[in-house]
Amino acid sequence: MAKKTVLNEAHRELGARMVDFAGFDMPVQYAGVTEEHHAVRSSAGLFDVSHMGEFFVEGPGAEALLQHATPNDVAKLKPGRAHYSSLLTEQATFVDDLLVYRLGPESFMVVVNASNVEKDWNWLAAARDRLAGDLPGEARMEDRSEATALLAIQGPRAVEALEACFEPEGEDGRKPSELKYYGLRVGGRVAGQPTTVISRTGYTGEDGFEIYMPVEGAVAAWQALLAHEAVSPAGLGARDTLRLECGMALYGNDIDDTTTPIEAGLKWTVKLGKGDFTGRDVLARQVEEGVSQTLTGLEITGRGIARHGHPVVRGGETVGRVTSGTRCPTVDKAVALAYLPPALAEPGTELAVDVRGREVSAVVVELPFYSRPK
Amino acid sequence: MDHPEGLKYSKEHEWVRVEGDVAVIGITAHAQDALGDVVFVELPEVGASVSANEQFGTVESVKAVSELYAPVSGEVVEINEALADAPEIVNGEPHDGGWMIKVKLSDASELDQLMSAGDYADFLQD
Repeated sequence: MAKKTVLNEAHRELGARMVDFAGFDMPVQYAGVTEEHHAVRSSAGLFDVSHMGEFFVEGPGAEALLQHATPNDVAKLKPGRAHYSSLLTEQATFVDDLLVYRLGPESFMVVVNASNVEKDWNWLAAARDRLAGDLPGEARMEDRSEATALLAIQGPRAVEALEACFEPEGEDGRKPSELKYYGLRVGGRVAGQPTTVISRTGYTGEDGFEIYMPVEGAVAAWQALLAHEAVSPAGLGARDTLRLECGMALYGNDIDDTTTPIEAGLKWTVKLGKGDFTGRDVLARQVEEGVSQTLTGLEITGRGIARHGHPVVRGGETVGRVTSGTRCPTVDKAVALAYLPPALAEPGTELAVDVRGREVSAVVVELPFYSRPK
Repeated sequence: MDHPEGLKYSKEHEWVRVEGDVAVIGITAHAQDALGDVVFVELPEVGASVSANEQFGTVESVKAVSELYAPVSGEVVEINEALADAPEIVNGEPHDGGWMIKVKLSDASELDQLMSAGDYADFLQD
């Protein structure tokens, strides 16, 4: 029996097609993936991503714990800011990718993929127990995934739609439009409902916000945001085509426990100079000596669509593998992400993808496939 | 979901319109709806042979790949070239503009195995 988010009934009333995703009954589409994709790029789309997990890590040892467990530099993360990072094995492969939010000097929220909540929790708890004596104090951990709803409003008109039903609360009087990219504010009301955190973040390549809030107010907030004429509901299908166009990795497809941030093109999340952290030795060696595979953009120039798992071939030899691929609406092309040897990852390199036994030509292109006009 | 009278339907959600000794074949409104936005259709060459209940091509939506099964046997005499550049026709007009192949029937009795519109509607209910 799949778990349901608090918005399950609201999705059904909108006529959503529901699928099982990471153990949750989630909306994959409402009006259709292509239409929803275009709505996010041109106006605003509202996503229910309440299946994501939220851990709160607090106390005098919180920063040191996260600094040791993740490769990005938590010491440099200021209160009111978030950054993209990961949990890594000793081999520097992904346990998960995640966002770290610094809510206060000793207060953090860690946002993880739904499919990995239990694994990540155990991983982080084990790190805490292992480090216990070395931490400068307590690091209290709390899993608030079940009690937290997450709405993502994304698109050029997201800011206008959110501000139409937003009221500040507490010491921070800033409106959403005053948040910088990857900035956040603690609290504030949406449609009169209390929120935990609002951040200027997302997974679509557009301007937009993610609204973390207690589940009790989520239906009212969802309905108020959706009532704005710029906003339409968007499902996981459009979320996937939007993120792929922007070259953003998806755990389980493009990154997993066989790949590292250096291989995945996420070197910018790895801060080797910050001191010791899990996976550092392998990452330092990869930076020094290079990697054998690198996540690369492919445009499919032949007739066909590359999908996860298809081999990339050259001269009859398999040289890599596709990790994500479909036809993307804004670029209006079939594109793919694939791991390739660096020598074959130069833009312009002509390759082919083995699509169910048929070779379909492809060319290496720069990532991202799409970036928002400035 | 509207499935017109006068077409014959397979359990694999293809339809057949008989024009003399030729069968026009496509996928049903139900099938295209279940697939979602169609982004690619792979069809056989003209002159190829297809066999009843065997795969003759694939149709891909943004999210998924589905196999196309021939409802009848015969030689492909025409394919819908328009789908190469505009596969979305399959969503918009599944029972007419979105047709896929025309097959010269080698065994017209195979048509008897297919369902009427009413039987197909019942089949979808089950």
